[in-house]
Amino acid sequence: MLQDKDRIFTNLYGLHSPDLKAAKMRGAWDGTKFLLEKGRDWIIDEMKKSGLRGRGGAGFPTGMKWSFMPKQSDGRPSYLVVNADESEPGTCKDREIMRHDPHLLIEGCLIASFAMNANAAYIYIRGEYITEKHALQRAIDEAYEAKLIGKDNIHGYPLDLYLHHGAGAYICGEETALLESLEGKKGMPRLKPPFPANMGLYGCPTTVNNVESIAVAGEILRRGASWFSSIGRPNNVGTKLFCVSGHVNKPCNVEEAMGITFRELIDTHCGGIRGGWDNLLAVIPGGSSVPCVPADQIMDAYMDFDTLRGLRSGLGTAAVIVMDKSTDIVRAITRISYFYKHESCGQCTPCREGTGWMWRVLTRMAEGRAQKREIDMLLEVSTQIEGHTICALGDAAAWPVQGLIRHFRHEIEKRIDDYAANPHSEPVMMAAE
Amino acid sequence: MAKIIVDGVEVDVPPEYTLLQAAEAAGAEVPRFCFHERLSIAGNCRMCLVEVKGAPKPVASCAWGVRDCRPGPNGEPPEVSTKSATVKKAREGVMEFLLINHPLDCPICDQGGQCDLQDQAMAYGVDTSRYHENKRAVPDKDLGPLVKTSMNRCIHCTRCIRFTTEVAGVPDLGAIWRGEDMEITSYLEKALGSELQSNVADLCPVGALTHKPEAFHYRPWELSKTDSVDVTDAVGSAIRVDSRGREVMRILPRVNEAVNEEWITDKARHIVDGLRLQRLDRPFVRENGRLRPATWQEAFSVIANRVKGTNAKRIGAIAGDLAAVEDMYALKALMQSLGVKNIDGRQDGTALSPAYGRASYLFNSTIAGIEDADAILIVGSNPRIEGSLVNVRIRKRWRTAPMPIGVIGEKAGLTYDYDYLGAGPETLADILAGRGSFAEKLKNAQRPLIIVGQGALSHPDGLAVLSLAAQVAQNIGAITEGWNGFSILHTAASRVGALDLGFVPGEGGLSAQEMAKGGVDVLFNLGADEIDIAPGTFVIYQGTHGDRGAHRADVILPGATYTEKSGTYVNTEGRVQMGNRAAFPPGEAREDWAILRALSDVLGQRLPFDSLNALRAKLYAEVPHLAGVDSVVPADVAAAVKALAAVGGTPGREGFKSPVGDFYLTNPIARASGVMAECSALARGLKLEAAE
Amino acid sequence: MAVRKLAPEEIQPKSFKFSPENEAFADQQIAKYPPGRQASAVIPLLWRAQEQAGGWLPQKAIEAVAAKLDMPDIRVMEVATFYTMFNLEPVGKYFIQFCGTTPCQLRGAGDIKKVLERRVGEQNHVTADGNFSWLEVECLGACCNAPMVQINDDYYEDLTVENFEKLLDDLAAGRPVKKGPQNGRRASEPQDAIKTLTDPSLYDGSRIGAWRKRFEEEAVKPADTATEKKS
Repeated sequence: MLQDKDRIFTNLYGLHSPDLKAAKMRGAWDGTKFLLEKGRDWIIDEMKKSGLRGRGGAGFPTGMKWSFMPKQSDGRPSYLVVNADESEPGTCKDREIMRHDPHLLIEGCLIASFAMNANAAYIYIRGEYITEKHALQRAIDEAYEAKLIGKDNIHGYPLDLYLHHGAGAYICGEETALLESLEGKKGMPRLKPPFPANMGLYGCPTTVNNVESIAVAGEILRRGASWFSSIGRPNNVGTKLFCVSGHVNKPCNVEEAMGITFRELIDTHCGGIRGGWDNLLAVIPGGSSVPCVPADQIMDAYMDFDTLRGLRSGLGTAAVIVMDKSTDIVRAITRISYFYKHESCGQCTPCREGTGWMWRVLTRMAEGRAQKREIDMLLEVSTQIEGHTICALGDAAAWPVQGLIRHFRHEIEKRIDDYAANPHSEPVMMAAE
Repeated sequence: MAKIIVDGVEVDVPPEYTLLQAAEAAGAEVPRFCFHERLSIAGNCRMCLVEVKGAPKPVASCAWGVRDCRPGPNGEPPEVSTKSATVKKAREGVMEFLLINHPLDCPICDQGGQCDLQDQAMAYGVDTSRYHENKRAVPDKDLGPLVKTSMNRCIHCTRCIRFTTEVAGVPDLGAIWRGEDMEITSYLEKALGSELQSNVADLCPVGALTHKPEAFHYRPWELSKTDSVDVTDAVGSAIRVDSRGREVMRILPRVNEAVNEEWITDKARHIVDGLRLQRLDRPFVRENGRLRPATWQEAFSVIANRVKGTNAKRIGAIAGDLAAVEDMYALKALMQSLGVKNIDGRQDGTALSPAYGRASYLFNSTIAGIEDADAILIVGSNPRIEGSLVNVRIRKRWRTAPMPIGVIGEKAGLTYDYDYLGAGPETLADILAGRGSFAEKLKNAQRPLIIVGQGALSHPDGLAVLSLAAQVAQNIGAITEGWNGFSILHTAASRVGALDLGFVPGEGGLSAQEMAKGGVDVLFNLGADEIDIAPGTFVIYQGTHGDRGAHRADVILPGATYTEKSGTYVNTEGRVQMGNRAAFPPGEAREDWAILRALSDVLGQRLPFDSLNALRAKLYAEVPHLAGVDSVVPADVAAAVKALAAVGGTPGREGFKSPVGDFYLTNPIARASGVMAECSALARGLKLEAAE
Repeated sequence: MAVRKLAPEEIQPKSFKFSPENEAFADQQIAKYPPGRQASAVIPLLWRAQEQAGGWLPQKAIEAVAAKLDMPDIRVMEVATFYTMFNLEPVGKYFIQFCGTTPCQLRGAGDIKKVLERRVGEQNHVTADGNFSWLEVECLGACCNAPMVQINDDYYEDLTVENFEKLLDDLAAGRPVKKGPQNGRRASEPQDAIKTLTDPSLYDGSRIGAWRKRFEEEAVKPADTATEKKS
């Protein structure tokens, strides 16, 4: 188990006050000016050395992302945009940061903005997080008041930090869709290239980072890249917030070392699998977008980017959805499929048309009302979406279906057989009845 | 230039090229739906996916630049495949997705036979469907009288949205809802408000948006196609006239980069029903106050009797807005032979005249040249309704990088931001005097452009205003080496041709206005329907429609519309263009030059040509530049501006007013068209609504 | 599954005007963005308009926002229809957004849904007393506290059929209710089994400045080598 002294989010459960005074006692805003004085290059270098990989799902090295921003402005301002549009099913970690440890995020915004020469930063929070929005706004106001940020602040680097909220669209978690939304349009992803570091918000250089990636920046710089990179396993370092939901005895958020085994994570923090380890069916280890992994493969797997990729799944946002043997896995994945159909922005063809198709076929399969050859057809449809869309939502919609077929084809086939054997297990109700 | 290998063929292309363009340069065909050369890149249909060596997944070639491709490990040029198995599979996949929710209603779809989806499904699709769910049903939208919708067919390429937003500048269309429920519509299904809206139906790659007036009228393969030129304004848009038998079925744009790119106005397109309604199909003579059908011989002899007894000084001729150069040439020759000096091709009373040089009445910058201007002053013109495609160019230029645009005249809804400077000549004088910030902007511009419209020139003080504008042009340096920033925007297709021919009063001759006010006893009216002729004058009307001119006529000679004859038109730039015959005039109506030739015989002044070719030979000998079809012969702008500036004069104080009151009803053909009437009523309604 | 549509014309209000406070709010929002980028404020303004109009967005409110932001009506309409939190039809006094996505589904959201169907009726249907309407929405991002619903602005988490029925009873009766978890949890901690963040030194201020030692050591080291070289 990660030691308490190595934890960054010390108020994860909101047992203490989120306000500035208490946050400072916990170490936030400690020596921020000293860190800024070490200079832009030092900060980016330290972030690179820390091995921090983006916490929003894709796992792109944060320091490298920061280094893409222009060193010299060509007249256009640079922007930092924080992606707090947390909507990936299973994921509920940024919410805790924003309502319980907001000052870590705000401090991170100042540091990241400084490193990227941005004087304005926007935090894009999902529309449903209304209490969190108010909590975060309160903290921002505190920071302004204490002159920690703002045009003229004690750190000597002007930064305006704005909170912007969405209104219910998963796709706005995609960075370019988020920028579109922030510009007042529909959240439809942009074509890349050009990348945001070159043409982002309002056509200006922009970096979009996840809340957690930004919020850990202060502590990484304080304690050093070597501290952070010493936790975890090679190429998968540091601490990470895990969101464990589903069929565990005590679902929870917890900060743990990257690369903790699934078994340790569940046994230590979540009170074990409901009904014991023998009752485990499968796990979606990184939010709904990644394929599920059956019990035998996941039990002792390291929870990190590379191990899970080796299992043909992914760490994603470290949202661990646990399913025990009572789960109707076909229905569970069908519901995810509906989610993607519902959240597809409709811009590009494969995703707009394909997500609905997959969901409809799966809905029939969940009842057994299908042909076995349709399983392969479904798989093929999913590959026709995957890799052919503008953004990654197409892939995200395809993978869970592929995971289902890969590991639970027998379950679908059984259902089809059962239905064929007894198509009218429940008699049709007549109007008179 | 950058080297790139497409399907094994190495080509050298500019680095800003997209892969799609590079592929075309290499001779590879790439299917597409959403991509259109003149619209922004959407990249949403995914049909144009190609494989780039080294890229993890196929890329949309319409959006991927050649410069975005990484060279090989040893610096080899990037390699693109448009034919690989991956690409084939990707295309089949996208095509299948496009078709799963597309209805199988091709047999009743007007797009059938000219449908991108049909064609590409044949070329790149598979032959069966694996989709066994219900197809999506989308309610049709009412977008007004011109664009018919069948939204089940929509493939969400967003070309229509991009056109209205980007080119037309009237952001009417959008896509509401999201995902598979996304629907193209206007706000609460309001009728579209653009004068260019029909182009969206051309752009639509499927049958979702089609032309409402043409619905179920034809199949595209039944039509014979004739290249021609539009005469509903002075822009001279390139059109194709499609006819079946004797009847013109539709008009659609042709590409002419110099003029209309590939758009035409709704008037140019949907005037079609006006070509067959209200037609004059036989001669008429007035007897006892009533017009009665007559034979050609009767009509001619009535004219001959009348002309014989009249002094040449009391005879005149006016040419209207749709007259072809050949017709006016024949009329002018006939008048000359009769010794008549009262001829005028300017029924609107514009001050323009060949006397100051050809450049004094041309759009000297050229339409394409607008894209080089870095400041524009619009004087007495509403380009949006007077020359919609000139307006499109101004907007195109403004969208690339907003530049100062000033307007003197009416405060009209144009499709770009402008500084409204004032209503009339006084404001122009202020600019000349350097008063106001806009004068400064014009002075600072490298290539300022002054566009003078007929609203400024058709008043009695028109010449003084024209002179003032010329002085401003001189003052701000609008005429320099390589830049001609003094441009006249005409509203009538015939006007520049008339001026080129010298169809203006000879020495001591009367102007059109003077003739109409009773200055002559016998008046030849060649299709001038926008002028009131005082009682007492004997009017010979030669034209096509039972419009104002015909009602005032004493003798009617039925002529041919622009789709029924071969005729030359010179556009506002001075571009000589030829329209061609796509159908025949109805009944006894004849081509206009031939009528005049026949009449000349009866009048004893036989014109010296027996065929159109003979006429043209003489015409070209007299006015050589008219032989240069499809070209603009440069005129001496500096000299013309100098001559105009020297005219001087004191303009009045009255504000400029556009001569085009109703965009949809500017000529007799349009006034006969039911479709145009509907558009006009709708536009008036929208205007009233906006005023509320 | 819910299909959103525009409210019928007969219930659309004839006019909409921002209240003075909301007008001020709008200006304040617009000021967050660079000049000329006022369209960025479209979501906050629509949101505020929805609040003012009683939980849903009438057409006139859409037009008022368009006018305020100098945007074409259709662009605002696109935004209002794209984002699912904009209700285009009237909702109940307590508008329940029920999360039906897999993590909640696994923890018994189906039972909660049955309660809603039984007590409130169909989705998008306002009860006769005007108190309730509900809608199945996608993941609300409180998966460790599944199943859950959002009622107006607040999350109600860790629901069971019993505590949810009680919650609805209390709301209907106007009794105060507890926001957040309904089973005694504080937030997303493992219930009654917190094993982390127990070290008191995290909270007593002893962390402050502790990290500086590293930099001080680094600062001293090169100086040391320098002195060594000298000597």
